[in-house]
This record gives sequence, structure tokens and C-alpha cells, in this order.
Amino acid sequence: MALNTARRSARRGRRRFTRRDLVVLGLLLGIPVLLDIAIVWGPTLASVVLSFTSWDGVGAIKWVGTQNYANLFTNYPPFWPAVRHNLLWLGFLGLVSVPFGLLLAVLIDRGVRFSRFYQSTLYMPVVLSLAVVGFIAQLVFSRDQGVLNALIGNTKNPTDWLGDPKLNIWMILLAAAWRHTGYVMILYLAGLKAVDPSLKEAAAIDGASEAQTFFRVVFPTLRPVNVIVGVITVIESLRAFDIVYAVNHGRNGLEVLSVLVTDNIIGEASRIGFGSAIAVVLLAVSMGFVVTYLVQEIRGEKSR
Amino acid sequence: MSRRNLLRGAAVGAGAVALPALLTACSSGPGGDPKNIKLGSNSSDAVPKKAFADAFAAYEKQSGGRKIKVNTVDHNSFQENINRYLQSDPDEVFMWFAGNRMQYFAKKGLLYDISDLWQDYKGFTPALKAQSTGADGKQYFTPYYYYPWAVFHRKSVFAKHGYQAPKTLDEYIALAKQMKKDKLVPIGSCDKDGWPAMGTFDYINMRTNGYDFHKSLMAGEEAWTDKRVKDVFDTWRRLLPYCQPSANGRTWQETGQSLQKREIGMVVLGMPHPGQQFPAAERSDIDFFPFPEINPEHGQDAVEAPIDGFLLAKKSKELKNKKSMESAKDLLKWLATPRAEDIYLAGDPNNIAVNSGADLSKYTALQKKSAQLIAGAKQISQFMDRDTRPDFASTVMIPAIQKFLSTPNDVDGLCNDIERQKKTIFASE
Repeated sequence: MALNTARRSARRGRRRFTRRDLVVLGLLLGIPVLLDIAIVWGPTLASVVLSFTSWDGVGAIKWVGTQNYANLFTNYPPFWPAVRHNLLWLGFLGLVSVPFGLLLAVLIDRGVRFSRFYQSTLYMPVVLSLAVVGFIAQLVFSRDQGVLNALIGNTKNPTDWLGDPKLNIWMILLAAAWRHTGYVMILYLAGLKAVDPSLKEAAAIDGASEAQTFFRVVFPTLRPVNVIVGVITVIESLRAFDIVYAVNHGRNGLEVLSVLVTDNIIGEASRIGFGSAIAVVLLAVSMGFVVTYLVQEIRGEKSR
Repeated sequence: MSRRNLLRGAAVGAGAVALPALLTACSSGPGGDPKNIKLGSNSSDAVPKKAFADAFAAYEKQSGGRKIKVNTVDHNSFQENINRYLQSDPDEVFMWFAGNRMQYFAKKGLLYDISDLWQDYKGFTPALKAQSTGADGKQYFTPYYYYPWAVFHRKSVFAKHGYQAPKTLDEYIALAKQMKKDKLVPIGSCDKDGWPAMGTFDYINMRTNGYDFHKSLMAGEEAWTDKRVKDVFDTWRRLLPYCQPSANGRTWQETGQSLQKREIGMVVLGMPHPGQQFPAAERSDIDFFPFPEINPEHGQDAVEAPIDGFLLAKKSKELKNKKSMESAKDLLKWLATPRAEDIYLAGDPNNIAVNSGADLSKYTALQKKSAQLIAGAKQISQFMDRDTRPDFASTVMIPAIQKFLSTPNDVDGLCNDIERQKKTIFASE
């Protein structure tokens, strides 16, 4: 029926939608847009504006120009380590955790023995919040009372997995990857189930090896999943927060941008202007990824 | 349908989403129930939580039907959110610290002036009154208990090896050397939480440069690049070889347990910290000595003894109601009595009462010794993060001290870093 009306009104050439369509459209589109402006773009813009001011959250807001940024880049020791750690996080999840998740998905999809068991075991960490993963990581990696040092019999001169600033970021990355791998695996597993088996058969008839079949035939059909995995990996790395916060409040080798933002804004005495400046840097970095991704997607749409 | 109608429809829809929130915001209004006193607590550790519950129960019993509703928040989270908490919808009464950290919020107009109550308070020394007073000369704080920082150890360990409490830094180091020979880790060390190591810095600073220097350094009036500050770090570095390694990976609870398990010989902490990690039967084995003398000019004059207590939150909606205000003030009055402190301390013997009328006869030996230590002190400091601006302590000093503990060799670079950041932070007001 709706199709009919649409066609009829199109023929008339004036109104394309009925009154009811417009109301539905207005409600379904208008409310989300308004909410989006109110709770996403409003605060975002407010942060950008506040980043040029000095404010302690109670008193007057004072305009300070770009001083916060100058201060941030030259006079705040945790800032550059935090930037490095965020990028490292992205690299580690993208280059270690994602391929590993894909490998597991392929293995399970081929039907190794106990695949159901592996599937649920590997997926289990995903249902845990990263903060809980952080607590588990402490049980494992703690210097004096951790499982790891006890297991490797390292009790004379134990390694301080979480307190040594050269080591702890890697331990945390491992813990974060433990969770991320399961997530990636499930996504790829769903993608692999959707691959038409006749493609594989055709490849096999053409004499392709297993590896060739995977890389030339199966993997290209996973493109939509790859995009999703790419996006969630970027999001996970940039918003990294809970796990380091649970371990040591993101200090001493575990600095990440999001923690610096909260440290300055949420703390007992807030430096809201300064914290906003860090948030704006984080926003700019995220925008970099988002824009690159969108441009590529739009180009891809066109070429297809 | 015009565009205007569409927008109107969307606006109504958005209103339908927002309205319930607005309505709930209106409904509570000023008032609340004057018989129920809401109290924000940061005592999330088991021992003090229970002791406070005892004290509040005693208040309820004699108050003629008033009830205390305690909102307990994890200690560290309470601290981190205090600014937001005091501005949004705080409980009527809340627990907090004396000194600079109280004055900071008094200056922002977030605390209720209780000078009238102070006129009737009895048993508090002038020093306590000073720590409860804001920069404007009014009182905002009802002190409840305090506890000294010192070098804690186990009596039995000292007796077994025949150790003597050291008086001077040289004796302290000699003792540490002996402990090493006796297969003990001499000095416990923990800073994963960010604050415990501040106590060591404060003591070395006050013993080397005196209390007045500590005060002005914390107030931002002295340069951190000063030779006197570098001396503090240099002295600390002399002690590091005797300290538990990797302090940044260890919480104060873990160090307290190491002391309890006789793995470490001694540790600089506040009295409740080892106290809470010892089973009740072993608590009488805890002992302490004051941090050793470094510069004879200052001797062992100063004692670090943070004061905890109760305040009224000005932004609390309930306090706009006269009757609720009466209830809240009545609770503070009761908490300022010696009896209220006795009940608390019966459940938590790891602190000592501030009120001179408190019943000392039930004190443990350790409490008696603590009371003597504080009574004999010429100056009482609070703690680094209570004596300076909170934003400076948390965003600059915590990372700086952790950095010193993991890479202690670049003191010059560290002090330059601190000084540069200090300038921007203290200039922001």
C-alpha cells in the first residue's frame, strides 16, 4: 500500500510523502538528531570552547587562549607517553590481536575437535568489562602475590610486571588483547559462516591449495567484516581506559589520553580547561581515523 | 504537512523524552525528611566502616528517633569525585580532611559555616581549631580522630634480633644494613596508590629543612629547584637500596601484609595502615618510632598527623530545610563529644581521639604512644596532599614521586619538571 501511495504521489510530482510519513519521519529522525546534538555535539563543542579557558569547575571561567595547548605540549610530562601508548595500543590490537582472532576463527570454522568448547572459552572474556579484566590482570601479574611469578618460580627476585614502567604496558596490552581476540574471533566466525561453500568447492576444483583458497577466495568475501573489525579496533584503542584505571589509575607507564582527561577533570580540584584541551587532542586523533575511514568507504562505494 | 509541523512534532517528541527527567528534578525540592540524616562516608575499609556504624548506632539511640543514612563510597573514588559531589547533590553531612584540603572547598563556598557550633565545642586544642578554620577565619570542620605517621615495625622482630629504635639517619641506615644481613627487606615501600610515598618525602623534608619550609614549599612559595628540595631527594636516594624494590607495583595493603608476615623490618606509614592489615590478636605486636633526625636544628620536632572529621555540605538540598539543618547540627555536636570518639575508637583502635576529654584508659599501648608522640610535637603537619593544592598534589606530585621511585637518578630533571608545572598551576588562580 505504501508503495502505491508513493508511486501515485510521485506521478503527481508534488508531494512525495503523505502526512503520516512525514510525522513518522519527523519523529524517528528528528528526535535522534536533536538528542545527538544535545548530548554529543553540544558537549563536544563545549569542550572545544572550554579548552581555551581556565576553569576549576566552581569559580569564574577565564579566557586563556592557546595557553592550555602550549602547556600540554611542552610542560606536561605524561602527555607524550599517553599519545605513544594509545598508538601502541592501536598497533598491538590491530597487528597482533586481530590476525590472531582471525586465525582462531578459521581454525574453529574448519571444525577442530572441541570447537564449541574453544569458541565459548575464547569468547568468555568479551562478556567481562575491561575493568574486571584489569582486576584479573592484577591477580595474575602482581609482583608479590601474583599467579605468574608463582608459576614461573620467580620468588627470589620477582619481576614487577605491573609496576615496572618498561614492562607494564605490554602486560596490559596482553590483557586487553585477551579480550579483544575473542571479540574479533566471533565477528570473523559469523563472517565465515556466511561464505558460500560453493565458492570454496569451485576453488578446490580449480586446484587451489588451502592457503590460496583462503587468501584469494574466502578473505575477499570477508570485506564487510574486516571493516567492522577495523572500526571496533580503532574505537577500543582510542577509548582504552578502564583496564589501566583499574590497575594503577593510568600512571607510571600506563598513561593513556582518556585517563589524563579524567585525571584533570574529575579529580579533587579540577583543571577543566586543561583537561578539555587533552580531550580535544583525543577528538582530533579520533577524527583523523574517522575521516580517513569515511573517505575510503565513500570511494569504495563509488568504484563498486 | 509543512516543515514547521514536522519540527513541532519533533520538538514534542523530544519534550516527551525530557519531561520525566524535569519532573523528577522538581519533585524532591528543598525539604527531605528531617528525621533522616544523610551522611556521605569515605570509610570503605572494613574496620573503620564497622566502627563508624557503631558510633552512628549510638547516636541514633539517644537522638529521639533520628536515623542516619550512610552512603559509603570507595575511599579513593570519594576523594576523586569530591568536587563534583559537593557541587551537585551532596549528603547533608560528609567525612573529609582538615587543613588545606578543607580550606580549598571553604573558599569555593561549598561548605557550611559552623562557627556557632564551635563556640560550644569543648576539649579541642587551638591547633585543632586552626586546622578546622578556613582562610576567612570561620570554622567549617568538626574534627573526629587523627593518626600519626611514623616508622612502624613488629616488636617481636625487633626483640628477636635485638634491634634498637634509631634516633638519627645514620643509625637508621645502620639498622637497615643489619636487617639486610638478617635476611629481612629493611624498609617497606609502596606507591601504587600514588600517595603512601608522600609521607616519606614529607618526613625527610621536615627533618632536613624544618616544618616552616614544608609549609611554604607546599604553599607554592618556594622553588622546587631549590637545593634544599634536591637534598631531600638525595637523602631519599641513599635509603632506596634498603627499600623494598618496585614500590610502584605495590599497594599499601600489600606492604602492611609484608610487615605482618615478618618479611620487611619497618615501614613509614600512617597508624591505621599496618593496623588494618594485622589480625586483632597480633595488633599488640605493632610498634613504631618517630622518623629519625636528619638535621639537629630541627630534630624530631614535627609530626605528620592527618585529622579526619565531619562537615556540612552547603549545596545539600536538605539543609535548606530548617529542621533538617537542626538534625545535621545535632549530629555534629554529638560527634564532637568525647563519648562519640570513645565508641568509634573501641571498634577501630588504629586512630586516636582528638578530644582531650576522651577516655584514655581503654587505649592500647600503641594508641597511648601515639597520643604522646603528637602531644610532644612542636608542629603538626597534615600530609603532602592535604597541605598543598589538590590539583598540584594529584596531577604533578603523584607522577613525579612515582617517577623518582622508578628512576631515581635524574633529580635535577625531576625538580625542573615539578617547578615548571607548579608555576602554571599556582598561577591559575
